[in-house]
Amino acid sequence: MSPQPRLALSDPVGDETRKTTCYMCACRCGIDVHLKDGRIRYIEGNRDHPVNRGVLCAKGSAGIMQHYAPARLDGPLLRSGPRGSGRFRRISWEEALGLATEWMGSVRRTDPKKLAFFTGRDQSQALTSFWAQQFGTPNYAAHGGFCSVNMAAAGIMTIGGAFWEFGAPDWEHSKLFVLFGVAEDHDSNPLKLGISKLKSRGARFVSVNPVRTGYSAVADNWIGIRPGTDGLLILALVHELLRTRKVDVDYLVRYTNAPWLVIDAPGTAEHGLFARDREGRALIWETVTEQAVHHDLKGARPALSGRYELADGRFARPSFQLLAEKYLDAAYAPDAVAAETGVAAETIRGLAGEIARVAFEEEIFVDQPWTDMHGERHDGFVGRPVSFHAMRGISAHSNGFQTARALHLLQVLIGAIDCPGGFRYEPPYPKPVEAHPRPHGRAEHFGSEQPLAGPHLGFPRGPEDLLIDENGQPTRIDKAFSWDAPISAHGLMHMVIANAHAGDPYPIDTLFLYMANMAWNSSMNTAGVIKMLEDKDAETGEYRIPRIIVADAYASEMTAYADLVLPDTTYLERHDCISMLDRPISEPDAVQDAIRWPVVEPDRDVRGFQSVLLDLGARLKLPGFVDARGTPLYRDYADYIVRHERRPGIGPLAGFRGTQGDRAGRGAINPAQLERYIENGSFFAHPVPAEALYFKHANRAYQDFAVKMGFFDQPQPVIFQLYQENLQKFRLSAQGLREPVAPETHRARILASFDPLPGWYRPLEEAAIDRERYPLHAITQRPAAMYHSWGSMNAWLRQIHTANPLYVPGAVCDAAGLADGDWAWVISPHGRIKVEVARMEAVNGATVWTWNAIGKRKGAWGLDENAPEAKKGFLLNHLIHELLPPKGDGLRWSNSDPVTGQAAWYDLRVRIEKAEPGAHSEPQFRAVERFGEAPDELRYGQEWNS
Amino acid sequence: MTALPSQPSATKLGLVIDLDICVGCHACVVSCKEWNTGGYGAALSDQDPYGEHVSGAWLNRIHTFEIVPEGGELVGEAGDARIVHFPKSCLHCEEAPCVTVCPTGASYKRAEDGIVLVAEDKCIGCGLCAWACPYGAREMDLAAGVMKKCTLCVDRIYNETFDEEDRVPACVRTCPANARHFGDLGDPGSQVSKMVAARGGIDLMPEQGTRPVNKYLPPRPRTTLAAHAPVGPAAGEDTGGATGFLAWIDTMLEKI
Amino acid sequence: MHPALSIIVFTTSSGLGYGLAFFLGFGLLDPAALATKAAHVIALGLISVGLLSSTLHLGNPQRAWRALSQWRSSWLSREGVLAIATFVPLCLSAWATLFESRHSWPAGLVGSLGCAVTVYCTAMIYASLRTVEAWHTPLTPAAFLAFAGAGGAMLATFFAALGGGDAGPLAALALVLLVLAWGTKLVWRRRLRALSSASTPETATGLGALGRVRLLERPHVTENYLTREMGFRIARKHARKLAAIAFGLGGAVPIVLLASAALFAAEGGIGWPVFAFLALWAYAAGLLVERWLFFAEARHSVMNYYGG
Repeated sequence: MSPQPRLALSDPVGDETRKTTCYMCACRCGIDVHLKDGRIRYIEGNRDHPVNRGVLCAKGSAGIMQHYAPARLDGPLLRSGPRGSGRFRRISWEEALGLATEWMGSVRRTDPKKLAFFTGRDQSQALTSFWAQQFGTPNYAAHGGFCSVNMAAAGIMTIGGAFWEFGAPDWEHSKLFVLFGVAEDHDSNPLKLGISKLKSRGARFVSVNPVRTGYSAVADNWIGIRPGTDGLLILALVHELLRTRKVDVDYLVRYTNAPWLVIDAPGTAEHGLFARDREGRALIWETVTEQAVHHDLKGARPALSGRYELADGRFARPSFQLLAEKYLDAAYAPDAVAAETGVAAETIRGLAGEIARVAFEEEIFVDQPWTDMHGERHDGFVGRPVSFHAMRGISAHSNGFQTARALHLLQVLIGAIDCPGGFRYEPPYPKPVEAHPRPHGRAEHFGSEQPLAGPHLGFPRGPEDLLIDENGQPTRIDKAFSWDAPISAHGLMHMVIANAHAGDPYPIDTLFLYMANMAWNSSMNTAGVIKMLEDKDAETGEYRIPRIIVADAYASEMTAYADLVLPDTTYLERHDCISMLDRPISEPDAVQDAIRWPVVEPDRDVRGFQSVLLDLGARLKLPGFVDARGTPLYRDYADYIVRHERRPGIGPLAGFRGTQGDRAGRGAINPAQLERYIENGSFFAHPVPAEALYFKHANRAYQDFAVKMGFFDQPQPVIFQLYQENLQKFRLSAQGLREPVAPETHRARILASFDPLPGWYRPLEEAAIDRERYPLHAITQRPAAMYHSWGSMNAWLRQIHTANPLYVPGAVCDAAGLADGDWAWVISPHGRIKVEVARMEAVNGATVWTWNAIGKRKGAWGLDENAPEAKKGFLLNHLIHELLPPKGDGLRWSNSDPVTGQAAWYDLRVRIEKAEPGAHSEPQFRAVERFGEAPDELRYGQEWNS
Repeated sequence: MTALPSQPSATKLGLVIDLDICVGCHACVVSCKEWNTGGYGAALSDQDPYGEHVSGAWLNRIHTFEIVPEGGELVGEAGDARIVHFPKSCLHCEEAPCVTVCPTGASYKRAEDGIVLVAEDKCIGCGLCAWACPYGAREMDLAAGVMKKCTLCVDRIYNETFDEEDRVPACVRTCPANARHFGDLGDPGSQVSKMVAARGGIDLMPEQGTRPVNKYLPPRPRTTLAAHAPVGPAAGEDTGGATGFLAWIDTMLEKI
Repeated sequence: MHPALSIIVFTTSSGLGYGLAFFLGFGLLDPAALATKAAHVIALGLISVGLLSSTLHLGNPQRAWRALSQWRSSWLSREGVLAIATFVPLCLSAWATLFESRHSWPAGLVGSLGCAVTVYCTAMIYASLRTVEAWHTPLTPAAFLAFAGAGGAMLATFFAALGGGDAGPLAALALVLLVLAWGTKLVWRRRLRALSSASTPETATGLGALGRVRLLERPHVTENYLTREMGFRIARKHARKLAAIAFGLGGAVPIVLLASAALFAAEGGIGWPVFAFLALWAYAAGLLVERWLFFAEARHSVMNYYGG
């Protein structure tokens, strides 16, 4: 017998460790990048990092393969073949930037709105929006319109915050966690850490999702709801809580507009609005003195029910009276909603009972005295340890805004917002809607060679803030903030190409896209969008969208449609800033932001997009990018991050400010700021004081802290808007009672969707089509090991999701004669696709589903034309039109939420028919030219095996 | 070396995998690949990495199972089928059949800690050990022609250049759901042994007689929601509509 | 299990070679006959081709010598050791026949013993695997030995006939062994059909208490080493057809041909070698199909994790 081999057990990982921030998805975990011989040896989670605490997901762990992927662009490209061919010629940066400056410069001089600048999964919106504003086009937004604006807008308009970057469940204290519509999330690792923590503690985890995958697989209870009916389920829970008197009355009186008086004067322009005093403060009915007083009056004892005569002789009722009457109606009883939601009445009652039991019988008390905004001292924080989280599953429906509102209503009723064990805000939230800007983009807001008068995006307080012309027509290319989608706070990126192609409301000259795959998985009606991008004007022979500039790091389906490609770096080669001005990485207990920095230098002729944008800004002589003499203000993005100030003392990064680097939030520019971040692991964390940890919306210590940190210049407490007056203003316009009045064409739609109390209506497509003909819902789920289209160029991740089948409920399989591996046609009112099916039982019986964005176009992402992603993979996008089916009114409505314009991805209805076996999914498209040199074999790290 | 250690090692290093909280995210899978492709032995190669027949050597893979009760435990609310994500790597068996079949002595079980390893310089790549393993824990690296398997990150767990808390396998270090635990299953007092005892940890395919060291913790029993309907208001109260409720509210307001 | 050509050729060819060498060791053929000398060369050739073929599937054949070290526990190692050890008496025996036209009894008998034990070791490589229940039975070595014996006897018959000797008794022996081999195989297949797997997706996951366990999603979408190596599946109706072909070609045809030879061919005439030759080829073809099925029909327990 030979002796055991001697092993080298203590070899160091590498020569050097550099800490930066991951960008394999939008989670923004801290990573330790270990380098060996100048190559990346290993990437692991940073143990000190507040987001991921050392763990790292599959995507993050595959960073090496992302960084070295053959699909990486290697220099600026100018199109040499027809659009979509993928044929380019390499040009110099000087030529590329010169061209871009020439194109955009002429637009800026003649008609700045003819530049449409939209960004995808970008984390530098503070810069991109600033650039667009200084350029002066009204046509800018990021991708929130097709992502989750319903969640953001509903949250901010109701509680001054929402899920993900606005807040998180209190994982430490929560005893019941209810998750709606999330298989995997942006907040990927914190959610996994949190769920694990909850379950290990014996807390109950309930998942509401049509598909039992991802997190739902480990849920203690899975509610396989029918898509698009979550709002009804939530309102049935509200009904049960009211019926059984399980509401936190004290909390409602203190922190919500439940007592605010709503004018009861039907037929007038003020009906349904809050009664206000001369200072504009909402009134309540004081029960001791029996008179209307403003809501902020200390010591007032408000009524929550009744009908009261105001000084002017009109009558008004507390909004809570309207609320109670609405939800106690039998229409919201569990038995009444069971059929529509597919959830058994006893399950709904059981969930309501569990919510009530945990909220009120397992109350938490955190012994930490605090003072509210009235100066009242409290002995401690009372916690109702029930928390919720929701994302795309409820927001990507055309009723998603109201559904998200309903979810916040539910949380508020039990007193579980920002209390121990409930949902908690992450700084700089909460932030009331009043603290957000109004949108800018009306004709008077822009003009030749001048900046836009204010920020593009914001929250209209009523129809008077819409971005429309005197004829009521949209002034933005995506028709955001028009009657079509009045509160489209994130824009409607998914409508840009279709509108620009149609010249409706006007044609554009240059489309400038960053990190958005609009020619593929980020567009509805992908085949149609491809045609629009390829379509030429019959007379001039020019493309209908004359110029397209795309900035991205990888050869995607979209880069193939660019006229000019500005190649970005990988996430390990760049500076970035995850800023308090944008979407920081704060946790409820701490103010946090982060950076990326080049842990490896680019080995190609590529530049970080943000530096390129600064360069373009300087070449275009945009104010804020050049000084009075026209000299560039910033060397590059790193320089901008350090030296840019939005307000005095407030810059992109909140940490290590001041000349000594010892100031947080506000402080002078610190030239060594980035070095300090790097020393600290590329993030900064500043704790929220103990007294300020909870009830931030009404906590004096927190509000003072927020001002000190520079989130606001004065306290901005939030009163929860259960009854949303701004919505009522749109209804009044739609009734023709209030100026500006809504066009006739839009009135019914607005009346149906702008209920000031959260409501439920059938998703628009479902309501418009023959439900018998299209009996099934078709949805996608986000896989944990692939982020949208960002993983197929990655040799490791693509092995996990090389192709996607359509998962079909067992009973539907049996009815259609389908077995695993069979092929089927999936047919929607808009089109049909041919796909391979797989049987599944753990899914809502009326729902088919697949993994999101696995299907790829032939040749894209540096893959072989026969790659399974292209041959067998598929997108549901081909079945989804950006417009709703015609309904006979001569108009085609956007397939979006009528309130926010959120793309209604999950409203899709289909039927399924067995197809002949196939070798490839359909539709297929002409291949784009494959980019890069792909090896036949990878042996990453073999050089270290000696 | 092909014989198993004459005395079973007292130390039995291994993993405990909690199926109750594994969400199937593949973090452990990729981190394992990443660590080991540049670590112990030959790189974990990938063939046709950007092509049609992409395939590679992985030491840990997650399978997804669907379970439909047939007289088993009934769970769930709108359906009773459930999904279990199932990570699987070498179980470092006490009676490791992969070791005894090895004709060259390349496969061995370490006497000091029970880790099953392949000495790659002795491996002829015959594949018999993979045939002998019931679990699919061994995969041939097609580029190097040697058998690859989980090393329990032997080059991490004793690594003196690491912080103490990092001396765990890469999969354990990275697992975002904390579903993977590493320790000495030979020591009944260890954290992992206690978990196994408390949660009824199981062996995979006990009928194969391999006596795996790694254990799996089955999903915890679950109770339905339907049993939790809320207690309504006292009898005689008006629960038909808003009137009774608002009256109750008024009495509550009095108390504030 | 994946029916790898190299392994099928290895077991078939070496089986025939060892079978022939086994009978040569008993001096049943005239050592002076040219055909007998050829038989020795052919036996060694078949064995060598088989062994060389077996190295084709190795990832690192240059280290194959290491496979001789673990004979204490590994059937594969034992097979390697014995195969090489057996070469010594076989070569000595062949030397005596080829160059001295005599039969060496000591070398012959030791060689015959080595042949039998080597074939047994080969079979035990498969039979020892609990993971492949179809193989995990004493019937596997029994069948391997009987097939090697039948093939060897047929080869011996052929060379005896070719050398002008009395092929009759050897043919009778071959007939007996043929019946024995295919009979064993029949029982082996019956057992296979009746197998109810001890390992199931439920035992593989330990989740049987929750219900029926079914793979929903593979860990990685495309094939991997395990699914290529162990995930081979053949439809039952194809298997039945192929089994019929194997039994027909490898069993019925040689039996009929050998019986015909005994009945119709004149001793020392051309008929015997021709019949024996045809029988041999039919047998070899049938055996290849049998060996292919031996792998193709065997299910590995790992497929409980892969939905196979």
